[in-house]
Amino acid sequence: MRVQPKIDTSPPVSDEIRKTTCYMCACRCGINVHLKEGRVSYIEGNRDHPINKGVLCAKGASGIMQVTAPSRLRAPLKRVGPRGSGAFEEISWDEALALAVSWMKPLRETAPEKLAFFTGRDQSQSFTGWWAQAFGTPNYAAHGGFCSVNMAAGGIYTIGGAFWEFGAPDWERTKLFVLFGVAEDHDSNPIKIGLGKLKARGARVIGVNPIRTGYNAVADDWLGITPGTDGLLILSLIHCLLQAGKVDLEYLARYTNAPLLVVEDGPEKGLIAKNAESQPFVIDRRTGAPAPWDGKGVQPDLGATYQGNRTVFQHMAEKYLSDDYAPEAVAARCGIAADRIRALAAELAHVAFEQAIEIKQSWTDFRGDFHATMPGRPVSFHAMRGISAHSNGFQTARALHLLQIVLGTVEVPGGYRLKPPYPKPMEAHPTPHFVTAPGKPLSGPHLGYVRGPENLALKEDGSPVRIDKAFTWENPFSAHGLMHMLIPNAHAGDPYKIDTLFLYMANMAWNSSMNSTKVMEMLTDKAPDGEYIIPRIIYSDAYASEMVAYADLILPDTTYLERHDCISLLDRPISEPDAAGDSIRWPVVEPDRDVRPFQSVLLDLGARLGLAPMVNADGTAKYKDYADYIVNHIRRPGVGPLIGFRGDGTAEGRGDANPDQMARYIENGGFYQAHVPEEGAFYKPWNMAYQDWAVKTSFYESPQPYLFSIWSEPMRKFQMAAEGLGPIQPPDHLRARLKQAMDPLPIWYPPFGDLEATGWGYPVHAITQRPMDMYHSWGSQNAWLRQIRGTNYLYLPTKIWAEHGFSEGDYARVISPNGGITVPVAHMAALNENTVWTWNAIGKRKGAWALDDGASEATTGFLLNHLISELLPDKGDGARLSNSDPVTGQAAWFDLRVRIERVGAKAQSEPAFAPIPRVVPQGGERA
Amino acid sequence: MTCLPVSTEKRLGLAIDLDTCVGCQACVTACKGWNDQGYGVPLSDQNPYGAEPSGVFLNRVHSYAVQPIEGEAQTINFPRSCLHCEDAPCVTVCPTGASYKRSEDGIVLVNEDACIGCGLCAWACPYGAREMDAEAGVMKKCTLCVDRIYNENLPEEDREPACVRGCPTGARHFGDFADPDSKVSRLSAERSGYALMPDLGTKPVNRYLPPRKKDVRQDASILAPLLDIKASGFAGWLDRVLGKI
Repeated sequence: MRVQPKIDTSPPVSDEIRKTTCYMCACRCGINVHLKEGRVSYIEGNRDHPINKGVLCAKGASGIMQVTAPSRLRAPLKRVGPRGSGAFEEISWDEALALAVSWMKPLRETAPEKLAFFTGRDQSQSFTGWWAQAFGTPNYAAHGGFCSVNMAAGGIYTIGGAFWEFGAPDWERTKLFVLFGVAEDHDSNPIKIGLGKLKARGARVIGVNPIRTGYNAVADDWLGITPGTDGLLILSLIHCLLQAGKVDLEYLARYTNAPLLVVEDGPEKGLIAKNAESQPFVIDRRTGAPAPWDGKGVQPDLGATYQGNRTVFQHMAEKYLSDDYAPEAVAARCGIAADRIRALAAELAHVAFEQAIEIKQSWTDFRGDFHATMPGRPVSFHAMRGISAHSNGFQTARALHLLQIVLGTVEVPGGYRLKPPYPKPMEAHPTPHFVTAPGKPLSGPHLGYVRGPENLALKEDGSPVRIDKAFTWENPFSAHGLMHMLIPNAHAGDPYKIDTLFLYMANMAWNSSMNSTKVMEMLTDKAPDGEYIIPRIIYSDAYASEMVAYADLILPDTTYLERHDCISLLDRPISEPDAAGDSIRWPVVEPDRDVRPFQSVLLDLGARLGLAPMVNADGTAKYKDYADYIVNHIRRPGVGPLIGFRGDGTAEGRGDANPDQMARYIENGGFYQAHVPEEGAFYKPWNMAYQDWAVKTSFYESPQPYLFSIWSEPMRKFQMAAEGLGPIQPPDHLRARLKQAMDPLPIWYPPFGDLEATGWGYPVHAITQRPMDMYHSWGSQNAWLRQIRGTNYLYLPTKIWAEHGFSEGDYARVISPNGGITVPVAHMAALNENTVWTWNAIGKRKGAWALDDGASEATTGFLLNHLISELLPDKGDGARLSNSDPVTGQAAWFDLRVRIERVGAKAQSEPAFAPIPRVVPQGGERA
Repeated sequence: MTCLPVSTEKRLGLAIDLDTCVGCQACVTACKGWNDQGYGVPLSDQNPYGAEPSGVFLNRVHSYAVQPIEGEAQTINFPRSCLHCEDAPCVTVCPTGASYKRSEDGIVLVNEDACIGCGLCAWACPYGAREMDAEAGVMKKCTLCVDRIYNENLPEEDREPACVRGCPTGARHFGDFADPDSKVSRLSAERSGYALMPDLGTKPVNRYLPPRKKDVRQDASILAPLLDIKASGFAGWLDRVLGKI
């Protein structure tokens, strides 16, 4: 045998490591960026970081290809030919900013609402919202309306916190974990880390999802539910639990509004009964008499009847004990056999009540009652977008929270834990603000939580204040706005016309819109006078997405490794259940192009426009750039974007601005954590140790203990209005749907897309999933990720595959009430038998993203978006009702119903659009 | 022909948990990122923005559909990379001695200076674990991150393969199978770890931990109704339930 070669097993790794925050998706993991000779050489997870603890997903580890992508925009661009023609010229930043100001300034001085500023996958919403408020337009939101608002609002209105990044199962202690809904994204690495922990100790995982991939592939049991019926399944589980008496009565009595009394009759019917001090009250089991809901030692009686008014508990039990929710009644609709529903309920009950756990940690609750231990029920849940992207998604999210509540598994050991600044009751959030005046800032923050009809954003004539019709009778709780309705409404001039559309990081001409084909037409449509119907479009993005070609002015952004950012407690932080956390990005490399970070550009624009919070008394710019804002902006006295290293560098949560703050964050690995005291780790909404810590750390100004809302009074107020009660009345054509959708107790109704679909001949559900290795459209330009998933198929279940005689290589015609697409198909057995699906946003338009025209993304790749109308079918009354949840306005993407026809082999998907003119050269070799 | 060592001091390898792997592809790009700047030539990509991009990956994850004879279909995610076989046919077939198995730890490596790019080793490997680099004309394969696991420039906790360090679910484990007390040996013993296609006689070092039995359900008897609600009515149910407080 030859002598083995000598190899160097200790080569130098890199010249330097710079720690910052990933932006390859919304997860915001900590990354170590290795540099060699000033260039990024390798990216790995930061072991100290609370979110990812060293691991990194496929996207994050491919960030190096994002920073060098040929699709990066290189300089500001001004449109010089017809819109959509791709005729642009490069201009200087001075010219670009002067042009933007020349469009915006007259609007601000005359009609600020004519500027609509919407941001897509923006991670600086507390900043962009602040800018829009200073400008004075009511038309601001980010992309939550087409993404997650059902999940967010369903959670806030019920438990004062939500799924996704806002809470987490107690991965260390839970014994049974149930995951609902398709999509494999939010939140990415923490769920994977958590699943790994469960698997390592053999805890049980159950998936409820039409598709058995990813997390569901490793689930010990899988319920391949029919899309849009999760709420019905959940209420049936509650039925079974109630029937067997397997509900946590102690928890319901102490921590929820189950013992509050519901007014049985009269003008206040359905509201929570109040005492002379306008406070809700309970009946104390010790005395049988009324007592304050938060009184010391009070033992609320769930079974009380007082002055003819019964408790929420009785209303709830009566509703869900109905035979309508029996497993046998829902099985066919859900596609889950009745015995399996009972078996799942039995498992939940068994683990919650027979395997209860306890932590030896004393604590004191908001009533002043002392508890020697923290008991826990080790059943936990999490939910993905799938359950919420339906027109019944808000009520479904509420139903899932109710299931958690009746099992007593929220904020207890082994259950679902909220992350600071949550828990935070709906009442501690602002209401929406929308009052405008020329030359003036808006009356307050745009987005908020509606308490009743008095908070709706309506003009005196009842018409919507906002271009997206958020906070109207069509969708009263639209806490994230309705970005998906922005372009269609602006095009229709309904409720009014706008002048300038200002968009950031939102691919509205492609995968981020419903009805993409029509939206492209809307963007280029002209009025009879030859003017574009949407007169001006300003767009900022780092990459040559499909949207770029439709803008009049492009403000090129940097990539995530070239700029400052702030992941703030004021916005969507990186907290964990045991610690509040925030983080930063900083330029670990300098841009090699004439691009600027969008947030710094906004500050510059604000100063040029003379927006008060962005200028000094002498009219000069107040902030040099975004980094300056992050460190020096004061939102409330002592409270700024970052909680760490405030004041003299030792203050946490509250304190003066500290000029060294950014340097301290960088030194600390790019993040900061404020730890919850051990006594406050569980039972947070009711735990005084937590409440006091939360005040100290700046989440609220005074303790905010509250009861979980099984019975939602804000919802009942809208239902009452729909019944004709109260001074503020909805239009008649919305009464029936409001009466149904605004039920104060969680309910299920068929998704609107289902209503007539079967009768019309669209028997099949069609949905999308986000792959774990590709984030929306961004991945397509990534040289590594597109090799992993550059092609998408429509996956067909065995029944449909066989019924139509499909074979490998075939295409299918997929037809919805909105149109048809022709796409490649593949067989998949582990799939609900009436559902087809594909990966989201793999399909690309030719010419975009610097890809070759022959790229698989642009030839066989496809979107379902063309099949989805942004409007519900016209009922002949002229009402343009959005295809959204009637409570929140969340885009009902997954209501889509189709029929399938076999086409045979083809080379390209349809529709095949003409190549979009290139704004950057086609990519060649890898950098 | 190239000889294999009679035995190796250590048998370094991976234990990959198929019960835990969600198929997220994190190990694929963690590997690509490290090895693109690590041992040997970079992992080149041809037509990275073109119609048929084709690059070298030392580790790939496949998803398979499994339809049991009874019960519901399943999806199994299966990471695939070099198994560092004891009787590695890719080594014995090598005409130049470029492919070799290290006597100290059993890692199968390619000495790129001696590789002529003939591709025989890729044909000989029954697992498809080797990929030719089209740009450099040399064979690439998993090195078990030989330039990480002993690397004194890395913190000790990072001296493991990039795929193991990056795996979000912790489904990948690295260690010495020659040591019966190592984590990988113990995991393999506890979870019935198996070698891939043992009948081929290649004696892989890596082990796969099989998926646990799925779709076993709970007995629903715990949910016996408290009483017949139809007979006693809601009030009766309420009394019965609240009597439990």
